[in-house]
Amino acid sequence: MGELIQDLLDGKHRALARVITKIENRSPGYRDLVRELHAHTGNAEVIGITGSPGAGKSTLVDKMAAEYRDRGLTVGVIAIDPSSPFTGGAVLGDRIRMASNVGDMDVFFRSMSARGQLGGVSTATTDAVKALDAFGKDRVIVETVGAGQNEIDIVRTADTVAVLVPPSSGDDVQMLKAGILEIGDVFVVNKADLDGADRTVSELKEMIMMRDASPAAGTGGYSGAGTDATGHHGPDAGGMDDDDDTPDPTSEITGPGSAGTPGRSARHGGTVEVEGGEAWVPPVVQTVAKSGEGLDEFLETLGEHRSYLERTGELQAKARARYAAEIRRLLREDTRELLERELEARGGIDSFVDDVVARETDPYTVADEVVGPLRDHPEQE
Amino acid sequence: MSTEQDPEQRTIRCLVAKVGLDGHDRGAHVIARAFRDAGFEVIYSGLHKAPDEIVQAAVQEDVDVLGISILSGAHNTLVPKIMEGLEEYGALDDTLVIVGGIVPEEDRPELRESGVAEIFGPGASMQETIDFIRENAPRR
Repeated sequence: MGELIQDLLDGKHRALARVITKIENRSPGYRDLVRELHAHTGNAEVIGITGSPGAGKSTLVDKMAAEYRDRGLTVGVIAIDPSSPFTGGAVLGDRIRMASNVGDMDVFFRSMSARGQLGGVSTATTDAVKALDAFGKDRVIVETVGAGQNEIDIVRTADTVAVLVPPSSGDDVQMLKAGILEIGDVFVVNKADLDGADRTVSELKEMIMMRDASPAAGTGGYSGAGTDATGHHGPDAGGMDDDDDTPDPTSEITGPGSAGTPGRSARHGGTVEVEGGEAWVPPVVQTVAKSGEGLDEFLETLGEHRSYLERTGELQAKARARYAAEIRRLLREDTRELLERELEARGGIDSFVDDVVARETDPYTVADEVVGPLRDHPEQE
Repeated sequence: MSTEQDPEQRTIRCLVAKVGLDGHDRGAHVIARAFRDAGFEVIYSGLHKAPDEIVQAAVQEDVDVLGISILSGAHNTLVPKIMEGLEEYGALDDTLVIVGGIVPEEDRPELRESGVAEIFGPGASMQETIDFIRENAPRR
């Protein structure tokens, strides 16, 4: 085993930092490093935090990390910021918010930029999470701006994904965009002390109810009745939170309620009974990250989702799906590399382009020609 | 294997740090932005950081370059503390430490002695600093 990996497993933060650097840079030999890490992974709970810029992700992550530390847990954070598509440069600003964990090396915070290459960020994130996991971090938080395919791939690294929504962040059509609703296991209306928080909460709940018409069909969403066999969810289906009319933010700051009281828990989201088991209806939690208000409820909700995943075998299913995606992604990257080499060996892309421009051949023929040897190879063996 | 990258093409990572009770960070902002435009990845520490925090950030982020901005005159106290911290984590050898700000000529030899690679005072150009980093960033 390499010295660097040994140092990492021995708990040296410097080695952990260096391993992540090698992963990010795809330095020669990084694949061997990740190979060695894999056997030591599988113990961390991985949480993804996503949401629009300014939603308060970094501040919330800071408070989460501090609370986990109070509970005696170690924490790893990977914060991903966009990089310039023109220069590749980036200002990684999330670290500024990590004020609560100053001087505490057991909160290992690492900024990463979404470096250009296709699929590169998700591979690097997956591998960096492995490094933190193998190091022995109890909780690993992956934080990223939530917009578009790349980010959704990133948060898929996590077992539980929390989506932060700032109050009054646009009408409900905005929430239909970009898959934001589909990826959330928990929704957090942060900055809940601002005007419009209640409205955002009810809009979210309404959208989630519609979304859950399929997986938790017949549960009535937040109604918790479990008898709405038609699966018809409208505002009049009793689905909306009764408290919505009372705009008292403090009374609204509630978690999913205790698991033992299904009525209450169903009303606020969480696990609901469905035919043949349980389903998860994403709860909507309110927080004020800056003051830490609602943090306990939020963490409790994350914990409940975790136990739901464990209870239902969903956790394993997720891990399997993740490894399948990872294998596919690596295969794609590796074959792409092989193809680039093949192209080079045949005189580079430009010579093919020349022929295509001259109408001597066409792109499909070129593709067939280049892939030909790869396709035939197994038969030759 | 095939997806590995040429080490020569890697991205330079840089921590721009404000340390101590110095509240002026216009310069640090301008530098951070210039570094970004030069294609570096820049992590900005924020204001009023203790030397420990800077060390923690530099180690965890595994930066190639640590740029310390000090305008308060406390460089003789703060910079050595940072250098000691880096040493403690074995990070001193392969981190390029540069200082920017108001540092009198007579203080400079001592800072260099402690491991500071270069000191950029008023009038130093952005390009000069960027070129210096490109040339001297540690090869890992």
